Amino acid sequence: MINDNQDYKNIPGWGMDIDVENEPTYPMKNYTGDDHKRSNYEKSEQQPVKIELLKSNERPKNSVVFGTSVPPSGLSGMIRRYAFQHSEDRYRHWIPLILADRINAWEGIIEDIQKGNIPNIFAERGYKAELKYNTAKLVERACYALIIGTIAIKYLRKKK
Amino acid sequence: MLAMNYRGPYRVRVEQRPMPEILHPEDAIVRVTRTCICGSDLHLYHGMVPDTRVGSTFGHEFIGVIEEIGPLVTNVKVGDQVIVPFNIACGKCNFCKQGLYGNCHESNTMATAVGGIFGYSHTAGGYNGGQAEYVRVPYANVGPTVIPADMDPDDAVLLTDVVPTGYQAAEMGGIKEGDTVVVFGAGPIGIMAARCAWFFGPSRVIIIDHLDYRLEFAKNYAKCEAYNFKSMADPVLFLKKITDWYGADVCIDCVGCEAEGNALQTFTGKITLMQAGAATALQWAINSVKKGGIVSVVGVYGPPFNYVPIGNVLNKGITLRANQASVKRLLPRLIDHVQSGRLEPKKLITHRVPLEEISDAYHIFSSKLDNCIKTVLIPSTKA
Repeated sequence: MINDNQDYKNIPGWGMDIDVENEPTYPMKNYTGDDHKRSNYEKSEQQPVKIELLKSNERPKNSVVFGTSVPPSGLSGMIRRYAFQHSEDRYRHWIPLILADRINAWEGIIEDIQKGNIPNIFAERGYKAELKYNTAKLVERACYALIIGTIAIKYLRKKK
Repeated sequence: MLAMNYRGPYRVRVEQRPMPEILHPEDAIVRVTRTCICGSDLHLYHGMVPDTRVGSTFGHEFIGVIEEIGPLVTNVKVGDQVIVPFNIACGKCNFCKQGLYGNCHESNTMATAVGGIFGYSHTAGGYNGGQAEYVRVPYANVGPTVIPADMDPDDAVLLTDVVPTGYQAAEMGGIKEGDTVVVFGAGPIGIMAARCAWFFGPSRVIIIDHLDYRLEFAKNYAKCEAYNFKSMADPVLFLKKITDWYGADVCIDCVGCEAEGNALQTFTGKITLMQAGAATALQWAINSVKKGGIVSVVGVYGPPFNYVPIGNVLNKGITLRANQASVKRLLPRLIDHVQSGRLEPKKLITHRVPLEEISDAYHIFSSKLDNCIKTVLIPSTKA
């Protein structure tokens, strides 16, 4: 229920104990009282929207400027559009976004292949550096993979 | 132009991408001359930050030369060499006007919980970052600051994030003369926080981590006590013991969501993603600080939620202070510290790598190979 009392300053004791020094966010924040103007501050010219932009539903309109790096697309884009129907407080905002990120990684591989490029995942993961600076660990991992692979193959052959 | 391209968790590459364009009259295009990989970029690289889209270019720590300006840009001109703060700030909203440049309300459409940050996912505004030859810089009248003529570019690039974040971490601690300060995390930010803490007059600065080579570096660079938590049965008990069973006056979390040291936090935060990363360092900070003490947080956590002992915050009367660094507010003071020789940021740099080798650079930093502390990427572009 909204209290529309405009004469709040007549409430007994109103403002008696104000301590302007008691600003817990100082020195990060140089308190000016402008917060009470809410969103009615001077703004720059709005950046034109030329791409699909997903806006937080916790704000009435777009920020003055925004990034245009990767508009939503594909299955991950559909999931992101769903996520943005919910506020930043809700798990149904964040969990779908994480799911979309994982799907997006696979979409990226498909996109690469469609363009005729097989992604060099070893290079992308920086394994050249691993080989140079962590050879022993890399060899150890390769041995484990070999042993597990051999056991698995033997087991499957035996089963046949 | 060449730019970093994120392909999914633990996968990045460099490739040719379109040149950035002026999209707003207050934009500038900057040719990048130095750019760093930040510890918080690793959270993106590891797939920990929601809405990190494949095809994004990371990088929020960069300096460069102004190549092009929009019609309303008056504070910088073409050819200026500039430090670009990692926060994108309009300078006009109530938050910017009160010095909270890291909380600008007009730079991020996608989320209200964080202001715009270069190359830091769509949760932070969807901007391409500076791990590229060129980058679009919005609000060029506000953020970019001309680099003093006598400043080394390696010092300048660390003024975009590492130095201001470390300094603000100490500043938020409200350190009093004679205080004992504990810094969790001996990455670049933690080392800088420990070094900057001395500006506020404590009698002891202690740093905690699990990597000996970083602790050794921190001990020498930040002139602090350094301890490896892997050698302790219980880090909180250890800290209580060495502070006369009282607790530290100020604890600073410089680790964030990928902390090690607590199996339950690691399982729920890093393996199963049941919380927004492992909040081990924050848990230790809350439990190690004295009653009525201050916990300062600059470690990055994801947006949803974390398991932390909030009951102890209440019962111990702890003041919890946190924010993204307000780089623009701090720059004049920090430039003075660097120019006077009191701070030597470039000593943190252990690796200088061509932009083309970004995949290896990320892997080295992420896996802590070759005693890596801070990596600077250098694009080969010439004017």
